[in-house]
Amino acid sequence: MIKNISNLGDAALYCDFGKEVNKDINSKVIKLFETIREKNIEGINNLTPSYNKLIISFDLKITNFKKIKEIVENTEIKETQKLNSKKLEIPVCCDSSFSLDIERLEKKLNLDREQILEVFFNKEFFCYMTGFIAGMPFLGDLEEKMRAQRLETPRVKVPKGSIGLTEQFANIYTFESPGGWNIIGNTPFSVFDVTNEIEPNLINPGDEVKFKRISMEEYKDFDGK
Amino acid sequence: MENNYFEIKRAGINTTFQDKGRNNLYHIGIPFSGAMDNRNFLLANKLVGNKVDSPVIEFAYQGPLLKFNGGKITITVTGDVIFRLNKKNKEIEGRCYETYQLEKGDEIDILSTNKSVYGYLAISGEFDLKFQWGSCSINTKANIGSNDGKKLTDGQKININQISSIKTNKKINYLNSKIENIRVIKGTNFDYFSEEGKKVFFEKQFIVSKLSDRMGMRLEGPKIENIVNTNIKSEGLLRGVIQVPPDGNPIIMLSDHGTIGGYPKIGVVASVDYDRLVQISPGSKIKFKEIDLSDAETLFKLYEMETQNLISQI
Repeated sequence: MIKNISNLGDAALYCDFGKEVNKDINSKVIKLFETIREKNIEGINNLTPSYNKLIISFDLKITNFKKIKEIVENTEIKETQKLNSKKLEIPVCCDSSFSLDIERLEKKLNLDREQILEVFFNKEFFCYMTGFIAGMPFLGDLEEKMRAQRLETPRVKVPKGSIGLTEQFANIYTFESPGGWNIIGNTPFSVFDVTNEIEPNLINPGDEVKFKRISMEEYKDFDGK
Repeated sequence: MENNYFEIKRAGINTTFQDKGRNNLYHIGIPFSGAMDNRNFLLANKLVGNKVDSPVIEFAYQGPLLKFNGGKITITVTGDVIFRLNKKNKEIEGRCYETYQLEKGDEIDILSTNKSVYGYLAISGEFDLKFQWGSCSINTKANIGSNDGKKLTDGQKININQISSIKTNKKINYLNSKIENIRVIKGTNFDYFSEEGKKVFFEKQFIVSKLSDRMGMRLEGPKIENIVNTNIKSEGLLRGVIQVPPDGNPIIMLSDHGTIGGYPKIGVVASVDYDRLVQISPGSKIKFKEIDLSDAETLFKLYEMETQNLISQI
């Protein structure tokens, strides 16, 4: 389980699950996240699960590192607990006006456009975490031959809805934002709903995501649901 | 009944509504936001007789010029701010941490913050604002909060729901202390940096870059050498975390930060110094000083006692 607990500053606990990134370790992170969240521990004001870490932030006016560490160390995670996950299909259009970095990927991966898209659309992705900007999902895992680094110079503005690839991961830019991922397409689908305070994120950690290729006509006709 | 509102004749550079911010949303990508300088935010509300966590107007550098329309209202400005009141027959030089009455047609002109960044304007009453996840705080990056998540603009109206009457004028004597030495706790990737890099971090001065905003404070100066890896597997961020990207120039995460990041964390600013950190203006020099966890906890307790003490004096 947790390999090491340390402090991140004076108002957060840093739970390290080791160096590796895989579904199994991430599921453990998510289970701990859900267990702690349900406990509603006084003073904890944020939980950030990621690939292989859980950061627990707290209000230093109410509690402190030692107290929260003790609680976490004595928290039992039900190994049998099933992940609360669902399967989703996200429409993506890869018209050349959207696939801003496909040529770069063709060169870097030594694959042609159709080969890259075939692998991408056949893949069943797993959501490791959400964040950076509101609702952005981090999805894995792409095979070795599909892994490229970020752009050398990140874009100042990546268009809203862009689908990006980096290393073994894919993401969706829920807002126009700076970013350095390789953009291959765009979804008309709203993955983050600012008006829904209960469940603003369509994709949550543990969910499975498949992308469905749509044409420019279908993209334009999309009714936003 | 007459409508009470402010007309924005000049919005200022980065004028937003802020309150205590939002909790428990990091996991979906939404940061705290909230007033950058918490102490000045609380003091502003107490001076006008509000609950201390009520929404206020936060401004950076140049503030707004507002014309008031409606019945009598009490206002105050906190921070280190130069402002003026334009009344029917006279101009009044404003003083921070005092209260003033505005009547129909009066204007408040917030000219600038003085060698600092953020200031606060509070009113005796309640702005008409939309709340999201329990907070009106505007996060312009995700367009969350009141005013459709956008900063205030020229010509807009700020509606006021309700004005509460205040009988006595209140004031306190308070001087914002400036700091140059920021106390820092070592970060989880401290050992990614060379001995020389660590020395540079704690011994050299850095300059606050113009590219700083509510999301982050960028620093320029001597480069911090990384000898392990300039990227880490993306993981959570917090206010005060100091990341060092491949170019070696540190960035300090501030209240509207991205919730996940992939650069090594060399340190985290101690909570005690956050209010004063955010007030350091571009071009100023800063230096980091290492402290340990128990010192950081004790210093924060003292700072918090001092804040409560100031509030109780009002």
